[in-house]
Amino acid sequence: MSIKTPTTLEQAQALGLNESEWAVILKRLGRAPNETELGIFSVMWSEHCSYKSSRRHLRKLPTSGDCVICGPGENAGVIDIGDGQACIFKMESHNHPSFIEPYQGAATGVGGIMRDVFTMGARPVALLNALRFGAPEHPKTRALVSGVVAGIGGYGNCVGVPTVGGETNFHAGYNGNILVNAMCVGIADTKSIFYSAAKGAGNPVLYVGAKTGRDGIHGATMASAEFDDETEAKRPTVQVGDPFTEKRLIEACLELMQTDCIVAIQDMGAAGLTSSSIEMADKGGVGIDLNLDKVPQRETHMTPVEMMLSESQERMLIVLQPGKEAQAQEIFERWELDVALIGKTTDTGHMVLHHKGQVVCDIPIAPLGDDAPNYDRPWVETPSQPAIAHSDVADADLTKALQTLMGCPDMASKRWIWEQYDRHVMADTIRASGGAADAAVVRVHGTQKALAIASDCTPRYVQADPYEGGKQVVAECWRNIIATGANPLAVTDCLNFGNPERPEIMGQFVRSIDGMAEACRALNFPVVSGNVSLYNETAGAAIPPTPTIGGVGLMGDVRTAMGFDGARAGDSLILIGKTDGWLGASLYLREIEGREAGAPPPVDLEDEKRNGLFVSDLILKGDLNAVHDLSDGGLACAAADMALASKCGVELCAHNALPAAAWFFGEDQGRYLLAVTAEQTDSILALAKGAGMTAMPVGRMQGTAVTLGDCAPLVLDLLAQTYENWMPDFMEDA
Amino acid sequence: MSAAVIVFPGSNCDRDAVSALSKHTTKQVHRVWHRETDLPKVDLVLLPGGFSYGDYLRSGAIAARSPIMKAVSKHAMRGGLVVGICNGFQVLTETHLLPGALMRNVGLKFLCKTAPLRVENTQTAFTRAYAGQESTSILIAHHDGNYFADDETLDRLEGEGQIAFRYVQNPNGSSRDIAGITNKAGNVLGMMPHPERAVDALTGQTGGLAFFESLAGALS
Repeated sequence: MSIKTPTTLEQAQALGLNESEWAVILKRLGRAPNETELGIFSVMWSEHCSYKSSRRHLRKLPTSGDCVICGPGENAGVIDIGDGQACIFKMESHNHPSFIEPYQGAATGVGGIMRDVFTMGARPVALLNALRFGAPEHPKTRALVSGVVAGIGGYGNCVGVPTVGGETNFHAGYNGNILVNAMCVGIADTKSIFYSAAKGAGNPVLYVGAKTGRDGIHGATMASAEFDDETEAKRPTVQVGDPFTEKRLIEACLELMQTDCIVAIQDMGAAGLTSSSIEMADKGGVGIDLNLDKVPQRETHMTPVEMMLSESQERMLIVLQPGKEAQAQEIFERWELDVALIGKTTDTGHMVLHHKGQVVCDIPIAPLGDDAPNYDRPWVETPSQPAIAHSDVADADLTKALQTLMGCPDMASKRWIWEQYDRHVMADTIRASGGAADAAVVRVHGTQKALAIASDCTPRYVQADPYEGGKQVVAECWRNIIATGANPLAVTDCLNFGNPERPEIMGQFVRSIDGMAEACRALNFPVVSGNVSLYNETAGAAIPPTPTIGGVGLMGDVRTAMGFDGARAGDSLILIGKTDGWLGASLYLREIEGREAGAPPPVDLEDEKRNGLFVSDLILKGDLNAVHDLSDGGLACAAADMALASKCGVELCAHNALPAAAWFFGEDQGRYLLAVTAEQTDSILALAKGAGMTAMPVGRMQGTAVTLGDCAPLVLDLLAQTYENWMPDFMEDA
Repeated sequence: MSAAVIVFPGSNCDRDAVSALSKHTTKQVHRVWHRETDLPKVDLVLLPGGFSYGDYLRSGAIAARSPIMKAVSKHAMRGGLVVGICNGFQVLTETHLLPGALMRNVGLKFLCKTAPLRVENTQTAFTRAYAGQESTSILIAHHDGNYFADDETLDRLEGEGQIAFRYVQNPNGSSRDIAGITNKAGNVLGMMPHPERAVDALTGQTGGLAFFESLAGALS
């Protein structure tokens, strides 16, 4: 096909564009696009790049606040952490590639999110991963877990950024579509933050990093469609990662950022050279001319459309100040990276591509953004679930129930996973996975400050009630950060849902955003960056709605960092927050009664805030030995965690009104378990009473077993075995 | 008294090593780029952890052939102190400044955990400050830490007091639980655990303090 040959509607449809989108292209160009141009429109208007189903709803999220330097719209969010320093962070999904090719899919997910962060001038200092796999008994699960974990470790360990936290769940709802959400946090000087607007015509465009190959072509389009039986034939659309190149790219870019060479910089992520060049030109209000013959190529005979759509990894596009070409090139050559001047910015407002002496693309840039589809997809409210009455829950052996819960796939120790991650490189990790704290704590290098970082989502709540579930996602993340003694500042979101063209899925999306927006506003916890991943379906079965949140908090003095491993024999346990014994959508109901039923616990955001700030004050005053938030498995599981981490038994009292299962395993929100010395108990209870809080003594640290009321004690050694053994037994039982 | 930390393009523990050395050993720490052919005048050379050249081939194999390693070997031959940590240990075996090889962990997985260690010889330049301390704990973080040598070499290492550290619970399949060794002359040490990450109580790890104090003693 000649480069002049016009394409057809059928070709456009094969690339995922619909009839009305095709009509807009014809109108804007005044002609049919050629193959290269069509390819560019198809990726720019894919769900993944254009947010066409989500855009109008994302606007509801609060994005400003005292700490916010840069909200959504750039490569990552930027917040002020004082002393002239900024924290830059984002979470992103790599679900589809990870299902098709788990090692490379997960590895390149980590690589991509790191580039989003260092592109803005930050040195990456921490990685987290929120992973959702299918049911353990599903034949693919073990291989997917093994590949994803090795891929995450293989990339992060080599680059030398510690993987400090995350979460892992298993549910049959992810059997055909796992979720791999990677988060990266970096630190920059507020004076040297870099943006992507390529202002000014006539500036040189520099390509740096790895060579361009045919890998990942149409990856963004793949990520915007459902899976079917043919999915595994899509393996060639998955990119291959090279962490050694990424490491050199980080060092070279950060070195260049110390100079005054850069006008704008952007990594080549989804839709590669296309989206990076168009976004930089569009934001800068300029045109861009590229000579594709200059693009470093790994393969021969690559066509313009292949080069423009390649998602080869570890590549960056930089617009330089004129005259700085040699200075910039020298840095990349020293790091043994490919570097090439491939074009310049122009005043035409067009993207013009040259290839072998011919113009192979000439399209106006503004319409790619301005005319990008923006759909108001029909949606329906998720039917509400009835609350579960206490009388509807059978009596059970609660000692056995505790042991079952602590050894169930969602609760059991993930040591098998996190021991494969270098959690301590950079020597600033204070608390990481397995470090007995509700959030990871990473010191800001060379200071006494630290960041607390957590990722959270409880999909079963969101599924049962997207609005309350959406609130809970944010509230739990905030609570986890509070429990370490940090001040929660801002979040990034990673919204994983099914096919938005189905009204019930769109309903989950719309209502969970409503809930998240309300919680973010109430807790002063703005969203500064994020990512939407739709079409997470296989053969018509959607994943449970999974809007994952990654939150960042700041503590002024790392020595105040709190965990749940400091409880000592004789300590009293105080429960902060109201308990109604809410068992709807609880882990207890699912694991003990085999029922996924009922409304999830409601989140009272005022209570949440008051309780959190109260606990935060106590931590800063140094009054507490240990703090743990209550979440999955309620009071009993929080106490069991504390007992295991503190290596000391726990005796919990029964409640005088609530049935035992509801009291010990209810998942009411906004609650914390505190361990305090016996002498301080009364004064803390009095303080809580004075502040109008619900606080009550619920037991003490004592002995070598966990005892729930008058149930038989569960010996710590046995509990530890149950907790530790599930994952290695599962993974090694091939 | 001064030290040099060699920086390969994929080193990622160089900053941690520089910072531990400057805080606990000597203020004079140079960073030396792998493409240099000469070392500054130093008493100690440290090869840091990381993935020197990506380690897609055998770990440390390409680094062992980089320009700076000739100078490092000369420094070692003259009796200068050389420390290789993790990837640095792998580079030292590939350079044959230390005997044996580091194979993939028996579990075939990367492993990051705190490893309880026995300090086997407190008479070396690297371990003197552990005197009176039979054991310590230092983090390991590696994929290829399974130390291998033939029995004759292992017997000799034991006979000559060249085993500096042993794992209390062997995490990676290393022959005779070896975590760190010296050369016969006692001026070159390689170890898989990361003492440079274990010098700060706030991180929960202090088992490496005595290591850097030993070096300070050896340099003074």
